[in-house]
Amino acid sequence: MAQTVFEPWNDPEAKPLIQFKGVTKRFGDFTAIDNQTFDIYEREFFALLGPSGCGKTTMMRMLAGFEKPTEGTILLGGQDMAPIPPNKRAVNMMFQSYALFPHLSVWENIAFGLKRDGKPKDVIAARVDEMLKLTRLQQFARRKPHQISGGQRQRVALARSLAKAPKLLLLDEPMGALDAKLRQATQFELMDIQEKTGTTFVIVTHDQEEAMTVASRVAVMDHGRIIQADTPANIYEMPNSVYVADFIGEVTIIPGKAHKRGNGYDIAFAEGQPTLHSETDAALDNGQTCYLALRPEKVSISAEKPADRTNTVQGRIIDIAYLGNLSTYHVQLPNGQMIKAQAANTRRLSRRDFSWEDTVWLSWTDTAAVLLKG
Amino acid sequence: MRRFALIALPCAWLLALFLVPFLIVLKISLSDIALAIPPYTPTLDLSAGWQGIRAFFSALDFDNFRFLATDDLYWKSYISSLQIAFLATLMTLFVGYPIAYGMANAPDHWRPTLMMLVILPFWTSFLIRVYSWMGILSTEGYLNQLLLWLGVISTPLTILNTPTAVYIGIVYTYLPFMVLPIYSALERMDGSLLEAAEDLGCSRVKAFWLITVPLSKTGIIAGCFLVFIPVIGEFVIPSLLGGSQTLMIGKVLWEEFFNNRDWPVASAVAVVLLLILIVPIVLFQMNEQKSREADQ
Ligand SMILES: Nc1ncnc2c1ncn2[C@@H]1O[C@H](COP(=O)(O)OP(=O)(O)OP(=O)(O)O)[C@@H](O)[C@H]1O
Ligand SMILES: [Mg+2]
Repeated sequence: MAQTVFEPWNDPEAKPLIQFKGVTKRFGDFTAIDNQTFDIYEREFFALLGPSGCGKTTMMRMLAGFEKPTEGTILLGGQDMAPIPPNKRAVNMMFQSYALFPHLSVWENIAFGLKRDGKPKDVIAARVDEMLKLTRLQQFARRKPHQISGGQRQRVALARSLAKAPKLLLLDEPMGALDAKLRQATQFELMDIQEKTGTTFVIVTHDQEEAMTVASRVAVMDHGRIIQADTPANIYEMPNSVYVADFIGEVTIIPGKAHKRGNGYDIAFAEGQPTLHSETDAALDNGQTCYLALRPEKVSISAEKPADRTNTVQGRIIDIAYLGNLSTYHVQLPNGQMIKAQAANTRRLSRRDFSWEDTVWLSWTDTAAVLLKG
Repeated sequence: MRRFALIALPCAWLLALFLVPFLIVLKISLSDIALAIPPYTPTLDLSAGWQGIRAFFSALDFDNFRFLATDDLYWKSYISSLQIAFLATLMTLFVGYPIAYGMANAPDHWRPTLMMLVILPFWTSFLIRVYSWMGILSTEGYLNQLLLWLGVISTPLTILNTPTAVYIGIVYTYLPFMVLPIYSALERMDGSLLEAAEDLGCSRVKAFWLITVPLSKTGIIAGCFLVFIPVIGEFVIPSLLGGSQTLMIGKVLWEEFFNNRDWPVASAVAVVLLLILIVPIVLFQMNEQKSREADQ
């Protein structure tokens, strides 16, 4: 079965829906967005991920039209958006603060945008009911926003932004207040909506797992810059910097000096320890400082030294984090370097192989780690 | 017990400063005029014992109220007061709302200054401020001088001693009572609501009508009552700025007391005024209650 992969960003023919061209946004002398150039394609599910205050909301607000870029242009479908006011953009935004109208009921809140389009009454009613059903708010339709819970409010905000079925939907932390089950259901609903309507989503989230689940591409931001924008798998497996590797998921960063050998580099990371070897396409100078990013699940833990692995180190278990299906072992090497290793809990807890203070061997293959310059 | 003690204080206050004076006024309104000190009968003579009390109560009657109903001066004054108060309240709203709106949308560091400018007139005597309006509005006043100098008019306008002057005086005096509650309602409003409205397809103007106005409703209602209620009984402004055409019950009341020395009729006028005011006062309280509930 030949399924075409959805990767318009790799297709030079594809026309982006949104283009940021050298966009800078300053508040006074504070630079919130720093000279960003990137594209978002139609039908994408583009997730913005980054620490608090890195400029995610600012990015969304510029797309919605509430902030004008200080420099640069934003194009939507090839058209410069600068002169177009928010109410004329085929863009709807779900606000981080929800911004529900306190004097209107849940029903009227959701119907608000539809009424502005002057749609017939029965069409509006049908659409609102559909949205209520989607967000499971039917029995709260008549209530005012202050009469419902935080999670319910968040769903009203989501329903209100979805109601108009815009070309571009901006969701600023749409599921932060939902419980895990409802969040997952909503994620699948969103993906479903996206499949059906072809809406382009830009979504801000603090939840990495969520970003990984729903996004076609994840953009990791820091200090007003997108550090890396790529598919969830690439972000995870091939981070372009220590920052991205560290931000997404669990990782051990081992600093060292690189020396070319074969298809990769030997990394000397501590006196008296064997060098580590990592295969890579990256080109480094001899003796250059580099960093090995090692995901815990790619590190095996064993009592005996394995014979067939390139990289083996010995250490002592300092801590064990029990995650249910997995356990993360924090192992300290003689030089003080900590390495995280993950193993599936195939046995009951009481019959676990390793325990605190045990001396163990950690090993990984020469392609398991990512070699980064900084 | 502590609860009771807490409530007792305001109750005692109300009793001493409102209920007792009101009962005295009510009693006088049921008395008859007399050439005496005090200028009404009967007066309670406790030395005559039970007999005296019986005689006192049997002498009270509703004649003054009947008189109010027969002489059309009184009910015309009530109607006219209500009318003037209503129109003046509307005018104050139309002047006050933009001011409150401007204040609420001013940059943060400007707001305390603007707030002070609104309250500043209270630091001067009310009477002096009304007198200065006489200086501005009279035929030789500053306004006429300015307009003549600009060449807008060739003969001076008569504004003082007309209803126009009364409206100007009322709007000027009561403006802060309108501005402050509206300002506080607007200031509490979350700016992102307007952005959300715009995002959903509203123009700025539409968003103002659909979001800003409904959300400042309690402030508007509070401001209107705060102006309407005292203006009904207003006395100083109509007597200083208004001419003989301006009929207001406060002025009638004053004349009854001090020109005619008819305390019983004057008291009857005051009691009826209070009865009329109960309606808006109760409505005002209901509005306050509602806005407090909405805040929670
Ligand atoms: N109107 C403004 N005036 C001044 N500074 C602002 C303004 N809006 C945002 N900022 C600043 O710009 C930076 C980015 O803000 P933004 O709201 O985009 O952060 P964010 O990434 O959405 O954070 P969070 O995850 O906490 O929502 C912050 O440091 C913030 O203080
Ligand atoms: Mg934000």
